[in-house]
Amino acid sequence: MIDITSPDFWPELFWTLLAGTWETIYMVGIAMIITLIVGLPMGIVVVGTEKGRFLEAPFGQRWIGAALHHSITFIVNLGRSVPFIVLMIALIPVTRALLGSFVGTGPAILPLTVVAIPFFVRIVEIAIREVDPGLFEAAESLGASRWLTVRRVIMPQATPSIILGSATTLTSIINFSAMVGVVGGGGLGQVAVTYGQQRYSWVHIVFVILILFVLVQAIQGVLTALAKHYGLPVPRRRWFGRRRDAQDALLASEANIPHETPTDPSLEGDRK
Amino acid sequence: MIDIEHVSRVFGTGQNAVTALQDVSLHVPAGSIFGVVGQSGAGKSTLLRMVNALDRPDAGRIRVNGQTISNADPRDGGEAGIVGAALARARHDIGMVFQHFNLVGNRTVVQNVEFALEATGTPRARRRPKALEMLDLVGLAHRADDRPSQLSGGQRQRVGIARALASEPSILLSDEATSALDPETTRQILDLIKRLSRDLGLTVMLITHEMEVVKRICDSTALMEHGRVIESGTLEELIGTRESRVSQQLFPVGDHPPTPGNSVVDITYSGLDSNNAVIARTARELDLDLSILGAAMETVNGRQMGRTRLAIPGGDAQAQRVVDAVSRPGITAWIVQEVAR
Repeated sequence: MIDITSPDFWPELFWTLLAGTWETIYMVGIAMIITLIVGLPMGIVVVGTEKGRFLEAPFGQRWIGAALHHSITFIVNLGRSVPFIVLMIALIPVTRALLGSFVGTGPAILPLTVVAIPFFVRIVEIAIREVDPGLFEAAESLGASRWLTVRRVIMPQATPSIILGSATTLTSIINFSAMVGVVGGGGLGQVAVTYGQQRYSWVHIVFVILILFVLVQAIQGVLTALAKHYGLPVPRRRWFGRRRDAQDALLASEANIPHETPTDPSLEGDRK
Repeated sequence: MIDIEHVSRVFGTGQNAVTALQDVSLHVPAGSIFGVVGQSGAGKSTLLRMVNALDRPDAGRIRVNGQTISNADPRDGGEAGIVGAALARARHDIGMVFQHFNLVGNRTVVQNVEFALEATGTPRARRRPKALEMLDLVGLAHRADDRPSQLSGGQRQRVGIARALASEPSILLSDEATSALDPETTRQILDLIKRLSRDLGLTVMLITHEMEVVKRICDSTALMEHGRVIESGTLEELIGTRESRVSQQLFPVGDHPPTPGNSVVDITYSGLDSNNAVIARTARELDLDLSILGAAMETVNGRQMGRTRLAIPGGDAQAQRVVDAVSRPGITAWIVQEVAR
């Protein structure tokens, strides 16, 4: 049992939490970066290689497209269907073979990446499927290459959704990182287990929860703002606008001033 | 110049097979504005998409400016269709505008136009000035940095036109470009297409379900139904053809109950400066009390075109005399209905 009244308690708590938070951010961050690098192209390819889409036949060969499509789909389904705790245990020999050890923050990145990639591929896939097929057709009619179409049409249109999906992915990785902590992966999960569970310190648990909450809030807030910046549709404040217009009109009519109702530019006719 | 030769296209297989095009042949002369009309499902859109190989025929051949775009059976008809880089180059010479504009919503107006130039491999430094020049051509240079969502439908289509023409193509394809627009905006867009086609020497192939579009800008037209071309020709030719359904749809004069003792005669005008005097003079010369049952007149391509339906008393011989008297180059007449008894 930990003694809260001990003079060393609070400084120790501070340094423990700081180290735990840093470890969590470190492994989640690295796992997310790898997930982006691997998952984004996989997501683009898995949609593109579908029959009738822009990557249907890479190098002019339909069988390459079909093979890519089916193997990525298989990997994604496999990854998504194994529970994380099972995946983590199953990956222990792999991690040990690749990194020499499976204990610690560094080795924890591997299972986190393996679980996050299939998740993220699905997110990218959904985002790309939402892109209007008419845009592909327009790009095709302009004689644009596939690569140019991906860069200038698909990515600009899919980016807001992908950013929002990244927030969900990051939150999931944070979630799983706590589980990694249970088996010695470090981070806030391990803090919760070693101090909260094994030494009965509710103070540690409360702070771990608080930090995770703030972390997820910050990620969601920043990424939502970023998605809006990249074109996520924002509802117009129509209702307020209407009321303001009505008030303006009323005031104007009382003052006997001709009032011109401002029109929504997107609804305005094409008058000259 | 677009040559479509015996093109067929079937979607699906077995019991679900739908024949979209059946042995369609059309010739679109260089510099003309050619309108393909028909109801939805007639195969117009499929036909148009064949021209820039967004779709390929199951039989027949497509050529644009002499180059074979698609050839379903190269053993019979010489060279095969093009693919890859050659197809991309051919597409740079064929612009296309769409019913729903198909602009990239998350990029600005000028970036949308620049994309077309990037597709042709235009160096970065030349893209922006050229894109702005194109926007200026459609009167939207001042909206260059707006998003498409900030523009009206007509403005968006003008951006679509600027994008389609940025690579300086010789052919413009229009897939129901005005069908999502209101009548006034439709007229503006059509006039813009007409002006640009004249100024830039474009060959335009457009598809539409509205006769108004044909009337306003086309000089030739083809009517499609169930995957076949029912009739085609210049407006002048078709208007003077008795059986032409295009003519009837362009200038409807309605059905009239037979009046006892009268014959019914149709007079069609294609390319007159003025027609009123013809009927008046004929009536005076033949000393007839003819009456007008219906008339549809319009200025098409700067010339007066239309149809007048007359009721003529005095028997079929009299009606034939009217037909003979009015017929001349630019005027065709025929007896629609002989004397009703």
